[in-house]
Amino acid sequence: MKRVVITGAGTINSLGHSVPETLEAMREGRCGIGELEFRDVERLAIKIGGQVRGFEAEGRFNRQQMSLYDRFTQFTLAAAKEAITQSGLTFNGDLSARSGVVLGTAGGGVSTWDDNYRSVYEDGKNRVHPFVVPKLMNNAAASHLSMEYNLKGPSFTVSTACASSNHAMAQALAMVRSGMAPVMVTGGSESMLCFGGVKAWEGLRVMSKDACRPFSANRNGMVQGEGAGIFVFEEFEHAKARGADILCEVIGSAMSSDAADIVMPSKQGAARAISGALADARLNPEDVAYINAHGTGTAANDKTECAAVADIFGKHADNLMISSTKSMHGHLIGGTGAVELLACIMALRDGVIAPTIGYEEPDPECALDVVPNEAREAKVNVALSNAFAFGGLNAVLALRKV
Amino acid sequence: MSINDRVIAIIAEQAVLDPSDVTPESTLEDLGIDSLGLVESIFAIEEEFDISIPFNANEPSQSDFDISNVAAIVAGIEKLMSERA
Repeated sequence: MKRVVITGAGTINSLGHSVPETLEAMREGRCGIGELEFRDVERLAIKIGGQVRGFEAEGRFNRQQMSLYDRFTQFTLAAAKEAITQSGLTFNGDLSARSGVVLGTAGGGVSTWDDNYRSVYEDGKNRVHPFVVPKLMNNAAASHLSMEYNLKGPSFTVSTACASSNHAMAQALAMVRSGMAPVMVTGGSESMLCFGGVKAWEGLRVMSKDACRPFSANRNGMVQGEGAGIFVFEEFEHAKARGADILCEVIGSAMSSDAADIVMPSKQGAARAISGALADARLNPEDVAYINAHGTGTAANDKTECAAVADIFGKHADNLMISSTKSMHGHLIGGTGAVELLACIMALRDGVIAPTIGYEEPDPECALDVVPNEAREAKVNVALSNAFAFGGLNAVLALRKV
Repeated sequence: MSINDRVIAIIAEQAVLDPSDVTPESTLEDLGIDSLGLVESIFAIEEEFDISIPFNANEPSQSDFDISNVAAIVAGIEKLMSERA
């Protein structure tokens, strides 16, 4: 079994257009959530979100690319550029032939669906642009990434709602570990902040109208975000041989299915994913100092997640830190685990724990150290990142400082 | 603008060329327009003239619409427009 390390990271989200900008915002406990701006927003009951601002596709992409790239693909390519540039890798020969892309997204090209449904249903048009299908398909981002960087090995997209990115990265880990691929570009992207995307979420009645306050007794729901996180997962010896700067090691993962309910989370399912990741990484519970929580800010998730953590970690649950950065960047749905992995990397590399902001009142059902409101300095050797999706599909990753 | 000039403007934009570089004899291949560029051009022409072009992207040569060069495309559009009128 080969060791797997991260040698490049990139992102774009409501906190920043790069990893350094995002980590700075997390250190400062800044909130990227604000008033949504797009057509027909006045017809929504939910008017806030973690929207990416100041991102101009014009100038980054040429006209032909623009006609093929949905916003979720644009985010992917912007983040991938940062990650692959940082890794210093160029893909040719055998490396190109064997390396691939595995990305998560829940909705794919949601705004392309939205714009074109609007055009044919509302505006009564009878003809759509010929690239609607290649633009909206869930694998568009992975495909364009493979084309841009000459990645000719196994590439695909996984879609497991809010756990999509974690499932993708767990898969990338397995592929590099097994020797199937020397490098996998992985992570995820989401862009559902358009009228139809937010309207659909409104229907569930789990969205907050004012803020995302994970673990706080007065929390009142989730807030959606958008963006992408992309990482270069590389086989350790390959990275070492070329003198790459290693951000951290990916030491384990586990996936589990609740097999119970299409929306309500299960403590047992979450706990099995966490304990599975510990076993896969050959860790004792006491080794874990920080968990980046799924922490959506819904009543159901937060208490279920805290109960699962308490069950698995026992007494050590009171010693570890668990924070939800969704309070700052919102819930990026299929891209969320990727952006949240950055908080784990910051904990391992910089010894800074990103806070759970908006925390106002302790909840006895979430009685853990949630790093309320202010970032904290702490030495962390091992961190976990949780994702528990609608549909009861869970994926947890374990990272170690190198 | 004549139908010819409007078609040339669309094709030139697709090929990222100056309209003066597009002649009636130019083939789409000459102009560097690939299969995706072709369906995008067909779409743009349909939008411009509000017509429906019987173009089959699976088998362009089997379509009831001649795309062998710019002049043939213009002639096809003129025919469709006269049928509509």
